[in-house]
Amino acid sequence: MSTPAYPKDFSMKKRRSQKVAFIVFRVLSLLIVLILFAILGFIIYKGAGVISWDFLSKAPSDGMTAGGIFPAIVGTLLLMLGSAIVAFPVGIMSGIYMNEYASRGWVVKFIRLMTNNLSGVPSIVFGLFGMALFVKYLGFGDSILAGSLTLGLLSLPLVIRTTEEALKDIPAGIREGSLALGATKLQTIWKVVLPMGMPRIITGLILSLGRVSGETAPILFTCAAYFFPQLPASIFDQCMALPYHLYVISTSGTDIEAQQPIAYGTALVLIVIVLVINLLAGVLRRHFENRLKMK
Amino acid sequence: MEKIEAKDVNFYYGSFHALKGISMEIPQNKVVAFIGPSGCGKSTFLRLFNRMNDLIPGARLEGEICIDGKNIYAPGIQVDELRKEVGMVFQRPNPFPKSIFDNVAYGLRVNGIKDKSFIAHRVEEALRGAALWEEVKDKLNASAYALSGGQQQRLCIARAMAVSPSVLLMDEPASALDPISTAKVEELICELRNEVTIVIVTHNMQQASRVSDKTAFFYMGEMVEYDDTKVIFTNPHKEATQNYITGRFG
Repeated sequence: MSTPAYPKDFSMKKRRSQKVAFIVFRVLSLLIVLILFAILGFIIYKGAGVISWDFLSKAPSDGMTAGGIFPAIVGTLLLMLGSAIVAFPVGIMSGIYMNEYASRGWVVKFIRLMTNNLSGVPSIVFGLFGMALFVKYLGFGDSILAGSLTLGLLSLPLVIRTTEEALKDIPAGIREGSLALGATKLQTIWKVVLPMGMPRIITGLILSLGRVSGETAPILFTCAAYFFPQLPASIFDQCMALPYHLYVISTSGTDIEAQQPIAYGTALVLIVIVLVINLLAGVLRRHFENRLKMK
Repeated sequence: MEKIEAKDVNFYYGSFHALKGISMEIPQNKVVAFIGPSGCGKSTFLRLFNRMNDLIPGARLEGEICIDGKNIYAPGIQVDELRKEVGMVFQRPNPFPKSIFDNVAYGLRVNGIKDKSFIAHRVEEALRGAALWEEVKDKLNASAYALSGGQQQRLCIARAMAVSPSVLLMDEPASALDPISTAKVEELICELRNEVTIVIVTHNMQQASRVSDKTAFFYMGEMVEYDDTKVIFTNPHKEATQNYITGRFG
């Protein structure tokens, strides 16, 4: 059979449709960036005015219409740290287990399914569960401990997933090379697999921290204080937290009009914290990547 | 003296019968080549000698494989100890994302050696043995990934030799390399035969005839013929061997 005649002008047509498609992609991407900048710009515009050293370093005063947000900043940082202590070791180890030790079989498939479902559970449900288990049943009360545990549970699926995905991409040949030298599976994981997966695992961890810093619902019933101007003395104390503080002074403050700038200032601080953490993630990631390449 | 002895080995991947009743003896300090078309089972057979196939789910072995007279599949055999004794070089160079030095030192370290001066000594010895020392002695702390493919493969050979194995398995060690690197690896094989027993799987028949003392021809999971390399390549007894080495199939 002979080749039918190539349609005329087809080559021009396909190049034209490619051009149109790329323009659409570009415009949409730009739009996303624009929206992001709009939100950021709006918050900065509204909130930058109240940012001062006092705002960052003092407790709220005068029925939370004046003063600063220092206890909320500290609270949020403590909760991030606490949830990291809860979620990182457990999550990384589960991810390792699922990818390295048990990547087949129905048990792991079931665990993976449940993990995925867990990440879809609304955060308020985590809050309710945390209240029932940690606050009431285990008797931790409304505390940083209960809040950290609840937030830790919330970020667990993300940590497990990113660990698993990071390890999955490491070529089997590398593992075989290590095993063939008489290394055990654990040595192989610890000395070769984990360092190779580290840059991506770190990224996942930081993303989960970012999420934790902004969560309100899980700490609503487990930890967050409406007003707690002194710093917490132990992990059994309550604490203030930025997202909850924002919620409180925007909805149930003593003078919502006067508190508006404080709300925007709080939002700005929260965004900056997340931004700094993401930058830190980039630095750490590059550090671990460089360590693998070593010039 | 026989270094490796396979006795009536049958191997299955699930229901697929990959190796059919293979018995063979591999003499000490000789180079034995496995040749045969893709999928004939030669790599599978090779990977039984250091129990690399243990990792494959659903795989099953019948028969015995003895190294130095001991069945390596007997209960109570420690696989990591076995693999220290039976090193392996893979088809694709697979250096770790570590420095050149740390790559070669890896096998010593995971087997518990901490003495720094011994490690340094052994690393140099192994790199010299792999004819790589002169090229890397000034950049031992550079990443192994900075080396060329051929250098990486010689690094992997040095890495395997550093733990002083008595058997070295090579799974198509030159198939991803250019001709010059291939020639270097082949030269190396000829030198290493004084220290270790080498079993090499290769697609390249010239390579088998150049480097090996004995050659086994595999086809469809069976070992068709096993004899001195000279005999296999000049006067094979089986027609299938004759057809394969003359390039009529495969």
